[in-house]
Amino acid sequence: MTVATRDERYIKEPTEPRALRIERLSVWYGVHQAIREVSFTIPARRITALIGPSGCGKSTLLRALNRMHDLTPEARVEGSVWWGEIDLYAPSTDPVWVRRHIGMIFQKPNPFPKSIFDNVAFGLRVNGYRGDIAARVEEALRKAALWDEVKDKLQKNALTLSGGQQQRLCIARAIALGPQILLMDEPCSALDPIATMRIEDLMRELAHTYTIVIVTHNMQQASRVSHYTAFLLADEDGTGELIEYAATRELFLRPRDRRTEDYITGRIG
Amino acid sequence: MRTDRFAITEQEFNPRLPLRRRFGGLFGLLSAAAILIGLVTLGLLIADVVRDGWQVLSWDFLTSYPSRRPQDAGILSALVGTFYILLLVTVIAFPLGVAAAVYLEEFAPKSRLTAFIEVNISNLAAVPSIVYGLLGLGVFVRTFMLGRSLIAGALTLSLLVLPIIIVASREAVRAVPPSIREAGLALGASPWQTARYFVLPAAFPGILTGTILALARAIGETAPLITIGALTYVAFTPKSLFDPFTVLPIQIFNWVSRPQPAFHDRAAGGIIVLLAVLLLFNATAILLRARLQRKIRF
Repeated sequence: MTVATRDERYIKEPTEPRALRIERLSVWYGVHQAIREVSFTIPARRITALIGPSGCGKSTLLRALNRMHDLTPEARVEGSVWWGEIDLYAPSTDPVWVRRHIGMIFQKPNPFPKSIFDNVAFGLRVNGYRGDIAARVEEALRKAALWDEVKDKLQKNALTLSGGQQQRLCIARAIALGPQILLMDEPCSALDPIATMRIEDLMRELAHTYTIVIVTHNMQQASRVSHYTAFLLADEDGTGELIEYAATRELFLRPRDRRTEDYITGRIG
Repeated sequence: MRTDRFAITEQEFNPRLPLRRRFGGLFGLLSAAAILIGLVTLGLLIADVVRDGWQVLSWDFLTSYPSRRPQDAGILSALVGTFYILLLVTVIAFPLGVAAAVYLEEFAPKSRLTAFIEVNISNLAAVPSIVYGLLGLGVFVRTFMLGRSLIAGALTLSLLVLPIIIVASREAVRAVPPSIREAGLALGASPWQTARYFVLPAAFPGILTGTILALARAIGETAPLITIGALTYVAFTPKSLFDPFTVLPIQIFNWVSRPQPAFHDRAAGGIIVLLAVLLLFNATAILLRARLQRKIRF
């Protein structure tokens, strides 16, 4: 087994229809380069996991996929993310429009301090949903496997829910907008195993309709839920690079780069 | 492709992105206009004062005592008085205010009495300053027989700014995440040690902001000092805490109320000096705060 040089990487692109094509994507925070020239393709209606040790840039990469870095003044993004014919980083692309179609679930559940109903209805209202908002809220909560637990207390403050319920509420309010892609940044790291299992079941269910990209520290989780896995690693300057990308079974059973094998067998990271 | 009942099409939304973008832009403009109104008004005031006062600014103006002849009148005694008062108010009110805030937030039982005290401290911050002047006159000048002295003035102004410091410090202490306290207590630190080593340093930038505001208030106050009998004509600098004194706002007030226009120009000069002193004090505190904030981040 060898270490790939910078030019030839162990990147095996999926054969399925593509959801996102990431082209030579680099992100800087001030003078520090967080990721360097990452290129790969995320398949549609599949779960793609981003794994790697802390500081390898996997969250940075995820946040670049719906222009969250626009909110960080010192962050700078170069390269392209193609969604169909649209480059998310073209000057003519409106980040507000991007984020409605590419939703995000954060590490720590972050429901608004409002009622459960309003948490889901907010995105629908600001985006001018023409249909019946109450019906759509119910459908989204059902889809997120939360409806039975909250149907009698929709007007209660969302912060009264447990952590796992809060995270499913965040998923419900994201999918209510009918996004094509869901980005999840370690969505289970603050949850107990049972809540984690429920979220994973939900992800499998949602993957029939949505493209999911998940950042996870938990390699069992990556191997359990994802179809494709990208392994990132930071070089000595702390700049993350894509080391290997393949179908999850292949990457975990027959890693081709020595560093991938070291990481998934627990020798580094 | 609507195999799934939950799937949703673009037609079901009316996102009105251009309209929302225009609204965002409009709001940005309104906010910019709001800050402009404040800045322009302030700029005009300063320009007006500087136009009247800049020609009286000189070393002599800073180092002369007031005089009946406008061309000789200076602000030495007022400048020194203001400096002493600010120094004394800081020394008195800052430790008292911070200690009271730490007690209320970290040590006081969460009882009705505490809540009652807290509400009343907030109310005190809104009491007119003349009332503090009357209080100072009754307590410090008469009862404690401190007379019309520097220390009586400083104590009166300290009372005036204490509520401001307490309220701001409490907010700052409360904003420190509970996890920091838990971490300290879990290592066997006493509540006081936790407050001393973790809560106070983390809250310090916020406490300093409150103190800056409080001192800015103290430096501009005239009414309570006149009430306790600070003099308007002082041809000496205080040698001890028990000497009579005057401060810049009183000196300015005195000159403005004279009929001769030459004194009005002196008043404008005094205002410029007052602003400069205030700026100096605030700049020091802001620099200190910026340095502390770089060290502590959550």
